[in-house]
Amino acid sequence: MKRIFGRPNGLTDIQQRYCPGCGHGIVHRLIAELLVELGIRERTVGIAPVGCSVFADEYFNCDMIQPPHGRGPAVATGIKRSRPDCIVFSYQGDGDLAAIGTAETIHAAARNENIVLIFINNAIYGMTGGQLAPTTLPGMKSTTSVKGRDTVKQGLPLRVCELLSKVDGAYYLVRTAVDTPKNIIKTKRVLKRAFQNQMENKGFSLVEILSMCPTGWGVSPVQAKKWIDEVMAKYYPLGVFLDRSEEEK
Amino acid sequence: MAEKKLMYGNHATVEGVIAAGCRFFAGYPITPQNEIPEYMSIRMNEEGGVFLQTESEIAAINMLFGAAAAGKRVMTSSSSPGISLMQEGISYIAGADIPVLVVNVIRGGPGLGNIAPAQSDYYQATRGGGHGDYFTITLAPNSAQELFEFPKLAFELAEKYRNPALILTDGLLGQMMEPVEFSYDPVDPNSLPEPEWALSGCNGRERRVVRSYDLRIGKLEEWNWRRFKKYEEIKKKEQRFEATGCDDADLVIVAYGTCARVSDAAVRMARASGLKVGLVRPITLWPFPTDTLRSMAKKIEHFLVVEMSCGQMIDDVKLATEFRSKIHFHGRPGGGVPNPPEIYEKITGILGGTK
Repeated sequence: MKRIFGRPNGLTDIQQRYCPGCGHGIVHRLIAELLVELGIRERTVGIAPVGCSVFADEYFNCDMIQPPHGRGPAVATGIKRSRPDCIVFSYQGDGDLAAIGTAETIHAAARNENIVLIFINNAIYGMTGGQLAPTTLPGMKSTTSVKGRDTVKQGLPLRVCELLSKVDGAYYLVRTAVDTPKNIIKTKRVLKRAFQNQMENKGFSLVEILSMCPTGWGVSPVQAKKWIDEVMAKYYPLGVFLDRSEEEK
Repeated sequence: MAEKKLMYGNHATVEGVIAAGCRFFAGYPITPQNEIPEYMSIRMNEEGGVFLQTESEIAAINMLFGAAAAGKRVMTSSSSPGISLMQEGISYIAGADIPVLVVNVIRGGPGLGNIAPAQSDYYQATRGGGHGDYFTITLAPNSAQELFEFPKLAFELAEKYRNPALILTDGLLGQMMEPVEFSYDPVDPNSLPEPEWALSGCNGRERRVVRSYDLRIGKLEEWNWRRFKKYEEIKKKEQRFEATGCDDADLVIVAYGTCARVSDAAVRMARASGLKVGLVRPITLWPFPTDTLRSMAKKIEHFLVVEMSCGQMIDDVKLATEFRSKIHFHGRPGGGVPNPPEIYEKITGILGGTK
């Protein structure tokens, strides 16, 4: 029988420990497929964050490093500058990239560092048990905002793509989601562009991906997918926020 | 004879780093070490290396982590407050068993303190500095010549033991001009082999992972004990020091870096007036030259520890001598620098005047 579907060689055989309905597994697979399809697996160094996807260093079948919380873009800079032939991506959650690592993110963009940041936005801290994230929506419940995010006391969410679109150095900024097959296919296309940008020495690409966290949100996987479409994507609109290749045309 | 140049200590450090084959620097401006990144930006450009002025010391140490994990010789320099910011990164780097070089041109603290020379980061340097069980190999030069020579030694030790190395100096050594002999042939960075743990893409080999965590029950405990076995080996093999005039001494001064230079003059004053005074200058602060001081304690009655702090290294002298000798202290914290007469006065106070 002809094998038409299987685990891509970009992933290891290790069983992933993500919760049912979590978006991480989907994005991992998309990246892994691209590592093989673009023929870059053997020259890629990936960076795992601190958070649920800390174990990404076990899951991606390429060289990996696991740095301090939020420092992925700095570590990526160190690797890329010292080994320009390597393809370098940093996989980060919202606490990692948009709270503790905000400075590293913005300055990597300002330097137009030739790296790919993959930013999983699920509006919550998953690993630590569902606390308020910089991306938690107004009124959204978390374990440190049990009555819902109070925007007077806890401020308003950070919209990373919108923020970085004002940074002159950035090259490519897109927000996608993995809630539907259509959006998953779109996400893969955008991720491919991001990696190709690096292969063509274009510079800083960030792909923000709205991703389900049924456990952190306290809903079923089906409800989580619906919530992205009906609520989250209203606050975080999907689309291209910056594409400097348009200016090059 | 090798080339000799009159240069600032901070510039000597840069030349030493370049001569050691390092081609990656990342750092953030802070006084009194700014001559290092300024001169480094020129030299790295000339040598085709990487110079990155970062958004923070946190970013700098993590850029080092990335480049070092990629198998390159890397360094950063900073001064006390900046080194504090780097501690998280240094802990991760030590936890991942990766070699890097960090130069701390110490200034007065705590807090913003001042920009005058100090040695008050001794505890931070010799006790790990960040979280978790680890140590950093720590060298203490006392001249521009050693600022040139120690980077190479630091890289060699760091790589041999897969551990971060520190050079502790201060603004006095960094901003003083002295003749420097370029005492060894520069290392060709391309001649340095790729370490067997370096991240470079898994072409033709198994993938590699650099990490400092292990959540499996008991595994991190095993890993930490393995690292401590390494530390025991370093303590056994790498204690470095300079001892002068100690054989017949009634009193031995223990001082490093700037304080050793000043103490050396005080020792000469004492000897001139017939007092039997020697000097032990620790070159490695970690591992501390415990063995030497321990054996000296059997016959030396007085040790005088001179530091530009309220007294930090004095703890290691007490531990090394196991309280067998009388341990005295002369300290100048907060940017104060001792002068030879005040140390001489301290000596005569202990030994009871001239003989």
